[in-house]
Amino acid sequence: MPIILVIAFFQIAVLQQPLPNILDLLIGTFFVVLGLTFFIYGLEMGLFPIGESMAYDFAKKGSVVWLLLFSFALGFGTTIAEPALIAVSAEASKVAATAGAITNTTVAMKEYADGLRLTVALSVGFAIVLGVFRILKGWPIHWFIIGGYILVVIITGFAPEEIIGIAYDSGGVTTSTITVPLVTALGVGLASSIKGRNPMIDGFGLIAFASLTPMIFVMIYGMAI
Amino acid sequence: MGAFIVEFVAYIDRFIEILSHTIDDVIPILVILVGFQLFVIRKKIPNVKRVATGFFFVLIGLAFFLQGLEQTLFPIGRLMAAQLTDPSFIFGHEMASNFTFNWQDYYWVYIFAFAIGFSTTIAEPSLLAVAIKAKEVSGGAIGTWGLRLAVALGVAIGISLGTFRIVTGYPIHWFIIFGYIIVVIQTFYAPKMIVPLAYDSGGVTTSTVTVPLVAALGLGLAETVPGRSALIDGFGLIAFASLFPIMSVMAYAQIAEYRSLKAQRRYAQNRPDDQESVSDESDSSTNPIPKPQKQTNSTSGEK
Repeated sequence: MPIILVIAFFQIAVLQQPLPNILDLLIGTFFVVLGLTFFIYGLEMGLFPIGESMAYDFAKKGSVVWLLLFSFALGFGTTIAEPALIAVSAEASKVAATAGAITNTTVAMKEYADGLRLTVALSVGFAIVLGVFRILKGWPIHWFIIGGYILVVIITGFAPEEIIGIAYDSGGVTTSTITVPLVTALGVGLASSIKGRNPMIDGFGLIAFASLTPMIFVMIYGMAI
Repeated sequence: MGAFIVEFVAYIDRFIEILSHTIDDVIPILVILVGFQLFVIRKKIPNVKRVATGFFFVLIGLAFFLQGLEQTLFPIGRLMAAQLTDPSFIFGHEMASNFTFNWQDYYWVYIFAFAIGFSTTIAEPSLLAVAIKAKEVSGGAIGTWGLRLAVALGVAIGISLGTFRIVTGYPIHWFIIFGYIIVVIQTFYAPKMIVPLAYDSGGVTTSTVTVPLVAALGLGLAETVPGRSALIDGFGLIAFASLFPIMSVMAYAQIAEYRSLKAQRRYAQNRPDDQESVSDESDSSTNPIPKPQKQTNSTSGEK
């Protein structure tokens, strides 16, 4: 864990202050490491084999409607379960509550956090569908990305100021432990099962879509509430 | 001893609460996978027992992780932000009452942000996997270490620039829009095969541990720096961390391509002094490590 080293170095050499509650922090660190180990072990044992084999099955089956439906479900489901997103959306709801953007009750905070997560999950589902469609058609990726950037810029002009930071962040947050391997499996499986597609050029890029659309959707969500 | 038991029970309580939330969180993905498997593909799930055990581990792991996060990473991120921006730390104790803040005074914050961004990214396993793939595809033109360094530098610069933005309070969208413009321009000049990979590398590198820590650092900074609001200024670090690797990876690919072209041309002309002048350049460049590798590659290719 290089993180621990960096923090310890700064704490000791630069700040020269002892950490308060060192026991609590140590237990917490232990929990994080233990939790991640279990989590990844479980993923590799249970979810990844099914996810990957399904991604390949759907890619080879040829029914476009089912493939797109499955892509949406995969993007949505993996994002809902993403641990980093759970943590950050909870934190965002706390900040919003203290700043007075929403009422400071547990119910309102939970609603805000869940709304955020649902929005992001919907947008990732949409992104994967769009990305799969792109792979099927073989369109070059950068037109989509540039178009997406332009959309982000336009919507930023209309979105309320307090949602912009959260929206920009949500793009990077969504794509971690669960989403990346499953989605990459779908993309590469798809690109290698279609003739004339290079898995390297066409298989990648789903993640880029999945980190772009949440920005747009979350800003729209911020405008709606 | 009694106090310890009380604390222990509190832990268990909290854990069970988080576990029940986690089950809510993870059920949808289970429903989706099982539903599609049974009703659309119509195949039995292979190794049901294994999958179920795996799923159980996922649940337990996620619950532990979230509890540890709440207890460690969030508090640490905020604490570090608070301590690094503490006036008595910046000015020394005797001047602690003097409140004239300049953005330069927070230089330790930028250094810390850079260190965190660089160290976590360089150790990121998924990045290593991507780098190995990229090397295969590019036929050695893009070195594993070079790519990892490029991405890690991108993340590190991104996060430090993000903390600079929080300290100064400039609106985030100007930075991001400007970044987009650079990315778009680069896209047209970068080698074609690197483009999707570069776009992806932005999302891939921000891992599960880095994200909460960096988010907490940003929020803590916005809370402690005078005149900043956590809601408006506190977020955005992760956005920076996922934008800058896109640029640095494309820039790296461009440099790598340019260098290998140049090296080929030089060997074709067979000038005696080229070895020297090339090694001079590598000193001033940002990615010195993959350099010798590439040279030997192109040498053997020419002969």
